[in-house]
Amino acid sequence: MQKVFERPKALSDKKMHYCPGCTHGIVHRLVAEAIDHFGLQEKTIGVAPVGCAVLAYEYFNLDFQEAAHGRAPAVATGIKRVLPESVVFTYQGDGDLASIGLAEIVHAATRGEKITVIFINNAIYGMTGGQMAPTTLPGQKTTTSPYGRDTSRVGFPIRVCELLNTLDGPAYLARVSMHDPKNVLQAGKAIKKAFQVQLEGKGFSLVEVLSSCPTNWGMTPNQALKWVEEKMVPYYPLGVFRTPEEVSSCDA
Amino acid sequence: MEKIMMKGNEALAEGAIRAGCRFFAGYPITPQNEVPEYMSRRMPEVDGVFLQAESEVSAINMVYGAGGAGCRAMTSSSSPGISLKQEGISYIACAQVPCVIVNVARGGPGLGGLTSSQADYFQATKGGGHGDYRLIVFSPGTVQEMVDLIGLAFDKADEYRNPAMILSDAIMGQMMEPVVLPEMRDLQQINKPWATTGMKNRGQNLINSLGLLPEDLVRINQELQEKYKRIEANEVRYAVEDVDDADLVLVAYGTSSRIARSAMGLARKEGKKVGLLRPITLWPFPKQPLADLAAAGKRFLVVEMSVGQMVEDVILAVNDRSKVDFFGVPNGAVPTVRQVYNRIMEIL
Amino acid sequence: MAKIDINEERCKGCELCVHACPKGILALADKFNNQGYRPVEILDAEKCIGCAFCARMCPDVAIEVYK
Repeated sequence: MQKVFERPKALSDKKMHYCPGCTHGIVHRLVAEAIDHFGLQEKTIGVAPVGCAVLAYEYFNLDFQEAAHGRAPAVATGIKRVLPESVVFTYQGDGDLASIGLAEIVHAATRGEKITVIFINNAIYGMTGGQMAPTTLPGQKTTTSPYGRDTSRVGFPIRVCELLNTLDGPAYLARVSMHDPKNVLQAGKAIKKAFQVQLEGKGFSLVEVLSSCPTNWGMTPNQALKWVEEKMVPYYPLGVFRTPEEVSSCDA
Repeated sequence: MEKIMMKGNEALAEGAIRAGCRFFAGYPITPQNEVPEYMSRRMPEVDGVFLQAESEVSAINMVYGAGGAGCRAMTSSSSPGISLKQEGISYIACAQVPCVIVNVARGGPGLGGLTSSQADYFQATKGGGHGDYRLIVFSPGTVQEMVDLIGLAFDKADEYRNPAMILSDAIMGQMMEPVVLPEMRDLQQINKPWATTGMKNRGQNLINSLGLLPEDLVRINQELQEKYKRIEANEVRYAVEDVDDADLVLVAYGTSSRIARSAMGLARKEGKKVGLLRPITLWPFPKQPLADLAAAGKRFLVVEMSVGQMVEDVILAVNDRSKVDFFGVPNGAVPTVRQVYNRIMEIL
Repeated sequence: MAKIDINEERCKGCELCVHACPKGILALADKFNNQGYRPVEILDAEKCIGCAFCARMCPDVAIEVYK
């Protein structure tokens, strides 16, 4: 028998602090697999966010910089511009990227920065205890929308891929989901593609990953994945929004 | 050495390039626009990076990334923009990323005005953002010092892995004076083994400012404080003029030191024994020279283009050993030589 | 012929693998690991087809698959 599934080398041995059933760990693995796939461990610099993934640098066997809340795309820009041969990615949540860091992500995208952004959309602020996020669904209860998100008072969620797709700068934009093995496989392919777009110098790439937060949603991990499938996917449609035609096909 | 006429802001920018700065990110704000404009022309000539960021917040974080990746990196702005950068500066200080921040200060508070100001002294020298940290703060008194001190700022930033600031002002930035430019620095000599350049033949390099465990945060802060003590012991810079026989020592930096010097000249003509101490580093502050002058029986007159900020550090340094007077003007106004002279004559 | 190897100490007992397994041969063990979680165990190893659905869904990357 041969080993057909193992821990990627770009992941460290450290046990992750994430809550049981939180899909951050799956996305970490997919990113690490992409790094291993292209052999990028020696030339990759990650940028960690503020939020649950603030300690991402402990879980990746890679050089890392830890950014202030929302500023990861600006930090990544600085790194990539002075080390153009390196591979630079940010790993950001929805509060980080779509609220406090909206200016940074929009401008990194419109400049066509040759970085890869892994964007975790779980419709809530996880680390601070479950407050309303820019991606919280209409009617969704959080600790700062205890009666449910009232769109007449606080407005509507932001669809990040669609928003960035209005710009000329991005080269690759895709939304994937963590809700079942098939979609996880799909997400892995999208993440590999995003890194490939960077490697081939095509420009800015972003993969939005619909993820779960069982703890703050008050659900079991399995219920939470069902909620992603039944509530989030209809609001945040999956698919590739932008792809550079000339990027060679990615063997996942 | 050839002398050429240069505007303060442009001399500073060229000085940065010659000191090895190869990354600049900034955002338009008056009266510092000559710095990014100069950089946008000059950086492509030296294979450097110029970026006009979407905000001052973003610019300082680009500098964090570039500085953390090992490049000599810099941003410039003016007072309201420097306020916006404070979040990033606090992170940079804790993560120990060397870089240079230039403040071509203008009047405040709030949107303030475009006139020159020294009211950002507290912000520059006491940290500025959240947490216990310090910047190495240089105050140029001539256009030549713009060039000399930005080179020194890059060197000291690298030596201590600490952000350094040039605290200039609108007048210093806009004035023209003759300068001698240094030779271009050899970039090969700048070696930063801690930088995040990819894990080739070594373990992980990490640029970080997080200490979630209390003992980690204590350790981080102790390490910073030990570094600040070394900087205080080794990096105090100041200039004195005519202090030996002086009864009254003027204390002023930057633009106000030039006004103070002229007033000193007028007073000397009247036979008054007046000297000048000009701090060149605002942090670390020249406490000991002031204490020594106080012990020698000199009185002090602090002259600032604010309603009084540095005067508090002079009072602390003098520590009741002598008398400290103050002359300042609210932002919007510039002190005149005659006003300072009159104040000298009142005291003596 | 296939088998999986579960790192019990990494497992947080979230059961995502239990729900992902098409053969229904995974379940929480009747014991605790050092983290205080009930780790997943395989009930009927013979039935494993090596599809790796469990490993793919494991947020703690605690499962290796052999085929």
